[in-house]
Amino acid sequence: MAAVTTIRLFAQFVTGSMRIVLRGNALYWLWISFLLVLIGAGGIAYWSQLHDGLIQTNMRDQVSWAYYIGNFTFLVGVAAAAILLVIPAYVYQWKPIKEVVILGELLAIAAIVMCGLFVTVDIGRPDRFWHLFPPIGRLNLPSSLLAWDVLVLNGYLLLNFVIVTYLLFSLYRGKHPDKRIFTPLVLFSIPAAIAIHTVTAFLYNGLAARPFWNASILAPRFIASALCSGPAVLLILMQLLRRFTRFHIDDRAIWKVAELMAYAMFINLFLLGAEVFKDVYSDTEHLVHMRYMFFGIGEHTAIVPYMWLSVFCSFAAFVLFLIPKTRAHPVTLNLGCVLIWIGVYLEKGMGLVIPGMTPDTLGEIYEYFPSRVEFEVSAGIFSVGFLVFTLMVKVATPIMLGEFRIRGAETAEHSAPMASAK
Amino acid sequence: MKILTPVIVALGLGLNGCGYDAHDGPSWPGVVPAVVQDPDAKVQVPPPPFTEGQFPCSDCHEAGLPVNTTRRVLKTAHEDIVLRHDEQHRWCLDCHDEKDRDKLHLASGETLEFTESYRLCGQCHGDKYRDWRAGVHGRRSGNWNGDKTYLLCVHCHYSHAPAFQPLEPKPAPNAPRGDLR
Amino acid sequence: MIGCAAAAASGGCSDLTHTSWFRGRFREMSDAEKKDVIADLEKQHSERFAKAVTVGAEPPLEGVEFGYALDISRCIGCRRCVYACVEENNQSRDPQVHWIRVLELDKDKGIDLAHANPYYDAEKVPRDGHFYLPVACQQCQNPPCVKSCPVGATWTEADGIVVIDYDWCIGCRCCMSACPYGARHINLMEPHIPAEELNPKTHYLGNRPRMKGVVEKCTFCIQRVRNGRYPACVEVCPVGARKFGNLLDPSSEVRYVIEHKRVFVLRSELNTRPRFIYFYGL
Repeated sequence: MAAVTTIRLFAQFVTGSMRIVLRGNALYWLWISFLLVLIGAGGIAYWSQLHDGLIQTNMRDQVSWAYYIGNFTFLVGVAAAAILLVIPAYVYQWKPIKEVVILGELLAIAAIVMCGLFVTVDIGRPDRFWHLFPPIGRLNLPSSLLAWDVLVLNGYLLLNFVIVTYLLFSLYRGKHPDKRIFTPLVLFSIPAAIAIHTVTAFLYNGLAARPFWNASILAPRFIASALCSGPAVLLILMQLLRRFTRFHIDDRAIWKVAELMAYAMFINLFLLGAEVFKDVYSDTEHLVHMRYMFFGIGEHTAIVPYMWLSVFCSFAAFVLFLIPKTRAHPVTLNLGCVLIWIGVYLEKGMGLVIPGMTPDTLGEIYEYFPSRVEFEVSAGIFSVGFLVFTLMVKVATPIMLGEFRIRGAETAEHSAPMASAK
Repeated sequence: MKILTPVIVALGLGLNGCGYDAHDGPSWPGVVPAVVQDPDAKVQVPPPPFTEGQFPCSDCHEAGLPVNTTRRVLKTAHEDIVLRHDEQHRWCLDCHDEKDRDKLHLASGETLEFTESYRLCGQCHGDKYRDWRAGVHGRRSGNWNGDKTYLLCVHCHYSHAPAFQPLEPKPAPNAPRGDLR
Repeated sequence: MIGCAAAAASGGCSDLTHTSWFRGRFREMSDAEKKDVIADLEKQHSERFAKAVTVGAEPPLEGVEFGYALDISRCIGCRRCVYACVEENNQSRDPQVHWIRVLELDKDKGIDLAHANPYYDAEKVPRDGHFYLPVACQQCQNPPCVKSCPVGATWTEADGIVVIDYDWCIGCRCCMSACPYGARHINLMEPHIPAEELNPKTHYLGNRPRMKGVVEKCTFCIQRVRNGRYPACVEVCPVGARKFGNLLDPSSEVRYVIEHKRVFVLRSELNTRPRFIYFYGL
């Protein structure tokens, strides 16, 4: 009987959410239309790739993974954003951040959706995607790292989906989430986030054929850079929410996240430095990949400016976030967020994959740069991610504020629904 | 011309199998009962490649014709042949038999058919001869575990100038291009 | 059959890409299923190429592990092998797919792949100061490609040949990233082979016509060697640099090479343990 009521309520919750999504001011609709246009363009570009094949990309035998997989890798990092919020909130019980943990979880969902799409557009036979899903498909476990990645990424998506749905539905019903269910789930998301990073790093790391990736420092580097890029989005989002809704976000939460990002960026730069030292000082044949990355080889210099831009942005952001004054000032704070986003995006999106493949295993240099189709498809996928994220935030905000409730439920206290989930 | 017809000559002369003792080397790890080359397999050799109209030699070098055994540069016949094969030390009659003009001869004086010329080559090039008998020098075609065809030394190495001639390569592969088609 | 019904809805059963959609893994098919699938494929290919195409499924021979030996002191870089392979194994002519890549190396640098040139062009080869290193699948005993495949679409057969199930490959290219020899190739678009050039004698795991988006590579000419024949590249090599046989047979040509010549394998430091060895015949 209670189950039937719950199902009925959940149906109400879903239809209510739909109504919220379909209501919005001009700015909201402008943003949604913008995303839909990009999604449409990406869809058209993908259609031509689907029709002609991967020839529409600039990937070839020599550089067989490139921009799509770089984006995938970057977004796995973004998906971990949540843990930089979960750790202070739930491990150290720091109240100001507890209130915004849900934003991290929502971002994780959007990022994993994008990851799935990037893998889908990257494979040569998307019509056989089901081969990856047992029991009709077959996962080559335990030896294939991509098989593990499929498992952990889907697991992480499910975990975050359950956390978010459970929290929002509870609040919708005017109840506090049951701490005995909620806290373990949130805490479990910490090792899960580490796992998606580690497995994705291992996907590259395990390939002895590619010395640029076959370095044990790779997984730690992934995690360090992930702890910068994801929160950079969240900081900007928090400020937007504060501006446009009644959502209260404590300044101290923002500054704390920025401070943690500074440490993460320090570790990221330190690990990069360690890698550069090893390659440059030992000066073996493996140096060639780093040379291609930072200086180019002969006339092949397509990615060099982007790599220096990445280093510059990461370093500048590190300085901005390290100094308490600049990380507290809204202008430098947001500038730092943008710099971090650019720095890590270029490093993971292009700087990891392309130099790892150039020169190829037989020493050939094929100079890769993404094709128009690759850019359009990628922009479309990012738009899907932003759309998913926007719609989820659109629904979550009024629930968090106590504005969207089941009829008859008492209005929960104005602030800190998460904080009260004790 | 008649020898040029593609009659395949079967040779049983110790070419079966590999011609070396299989048990003198290290064993391959984890050896299990194997499909061994069929010891009765036929090894075939196509006929030697004669210049058209030259063989049999006795058509011109009639029996009883006096033989000039002095080393010299040939002026009246075969002047197209330029010896580039240890020419400091060799000349025609070191290999061609002076009595039976349709045959070759070994250093021992034993005469040979042209189809057995590999034995003559093997006198000096012993290591190549050994590898060839094992199927490792030269090209084989047919079956890896059964009947196969060998080529004679002279199919690839012109006996009067045996250095392998450079070849025109087949076209280079297309370099990948990152443009849109 | 489900595939056929589904394909009928979307434009007919003759299109290979449609009917193969529901095809299971070759490794898990019963003999009866294999027979059906092969009859199906033979019909499709024969119609498409307007000649009788056979698709074999010869299993590994008992007591055989194939090995290959290439004499780099003899190879002159003429690329006869490259094109014999293309013709025998039905590689796409457009876009061009080559399973064998012949590298031109500098004598004074040795086997230094950073200075390798696969695009050399010359009136005559060998060119002064250079030697040549043809590279194709090394049929590793510890193959990184097989390990990396997320769906188990590639595996090592009992006779040592690493094969790909073209109907199960999803085209993710993990194997290409994992291969230290650049031996694997992706069909970036629908492969194109003129019907008159198609080799109609094919094997399911070898040279049968492939489709867009799947990975392919050398199989030691599985369709030939499982019937006792030498691979096409062995037979075409004008300098006889290529040797092939059964590693388990002490009297085979490859065993002779291993026991009598100085041999090496490419990238031995990676512990891939190739069944393809290089040797110095001189």
